[in-house]
Amino acid sequence: MTSACLFDVQNLRVALTPRRGAPLALDGVSLKILAGERIALVGANGSGKSTLLRVLHGLQKPLSGRLEIPTPALQAMLFQRPVLLRLSVQNNVALGLWLKGSPWREARLQALQALEAAGLGDVARRRGRQLSVGQTQRVALARALALAPQLLLLDEPTASLDPHSKRVVESTVEQFDGTMVFASHNLGQVKRLATRVIYLEHGRIFADLPVHDFFNHACLQAHSAEAANFVKGEGV
Amino acid sequence: MNSLGDSGLAALRLIAELDPLLASIVWRSLSLSAAASAIAILLGTFLGAWLAVSHFRGRGLVLALLNTMLSLPSVVVGLGVYLLLSRSGPLGFLGWLYSFKAMLLAQTVLVLPIVIALVRQVVEDADTSHGEQLRSLGAGPRLRGMLLAWDERSAVLTVAIAAFGRAIAEVGAVMLVGGNMDGFTRVMTTSIALETSKGDLPLAMGLGLVLLGVVLVLQLLLAGLRAWLQAQDAKGAVP
Repeated sequence: MTSACLFDVQNLRVALTPRRGAPLALDGVSLKILAGERIALVGANGSGKSTLLRVLHGLQKPLSGRLEIPTPALQAMLFQRPVLLRLSVQNNVALGLWLKGSPWREARLQALQALEAAGLGDVARRRGRQLSVGQTQRVALARALALAPQLLLLDEPTASLDPHSKRVVESTVEQFDGTMVFASHNLGQVKRLATRVIYLEHGRIFADLPVHDFFNHACLQAHSAEAANFVKGEGV
Repeated sequence: MNSLGDSGLAALRLIAELDPLLASIVWRSLSLSAAASAIAILLGTFLGAWLAVSHFRGRGLVLALLNTMLSLPSVVVGLGVYLLLSRSGPLGFLGWLYSFKAMLLAQTVLVLPIVIALVRQVVEDADTSHGEQLRSLGAGPRLRGMLLAWDERSAVLTVAIAAFGRAIAEVGAVMLVGGNMDGFTRVMTTSIALETSKGDLPLAMGLGLVLLGVVLVLQLLLAGLRAWLQAQDAKGAVP
């Protein structure tokens, strides 16, 4: 049985800023994303990983190209540095549910359940801005998962976290059973979480391989010397 | 009553004795400026927040006009409102000229651009910082703007105090459209101008002292409210 296609992207070009003549963040990107895939976007800073996530999430418009959504899926996105509003943690999570249409009272109840499920019940009544970076990231992940998304987009979800928070976030993400696209600099994490790896450089896709092929040096070298050099440079 | 010292002492006596004339002028001034600021804050926060998150053709021109209006002399605002409300003006049928309502309109028009411009800046900065995360959750522009304005309420409070300060210290616009009528449209600033020209320095100084006192109280109020908001933010749990 073939999986449903969530995104069909053809020759996508995206500018770095809305200014006319701005340099391209994505230049001729084509890919398909199927339901159930766990795709890691890797590449150096400025390679276009975050831009690709933002375009898929509808936060940025492409200059040209085709972006089709054959099977619409409920999406949620986790940002690299989430900011919570000056509300209680519970209300921050409830806000996401309320914006999706739940009545406020019900949203607050669901938010509390989501926080308890994420092991964050003890911080539910604390103010969002009072949490540590790690706790904020975990709350933002709980807020994203509370929406019961079919597609989870994560922009370097553990980039600025301490080892403990990193483990907790990674294990929560690992348990997510929907489709996932995440940007990461951590190739160990890519190995653990991804089923497919896309290597980007200067806004172009240089390699798009199943995870075991990506980490097979000979195979990767045959596909893309640039990607092989990147992985070698990361010491994997 | 010619010396500064004598005038000052007489002014303090008027304040201490709660002189009815002084009290009525102060009360009218406070209620006028509070009402104008409240209207401007309500309208201006909404418009400023919307302007901060909206992108449309001509937005740059709107912002330039708004910034120009920040330095608009109050007498020019007064003249504009006067022309609007005068018998032959488009709003002449309201019959508001030389009334409290005319002064309220003039002060609101004067203060509104300040509120819009400052709230826009506050919300735009917040939107740049984390507005995209609200977009990701599904908040449309208007709701996002209002959520960010609420989240930056401490800064919006400062805007409110600045608006009130501008309104209560204003003289030109209310003089033109209110007519400075005793017992009806006379406020602190117009009274100071009139009493000084008449040579009644104690009343003018008394009003001046009250005006300064109001500004001082405002500053203390602002400091207190900001401290309270910061303390609330620093608290571990939400009640």
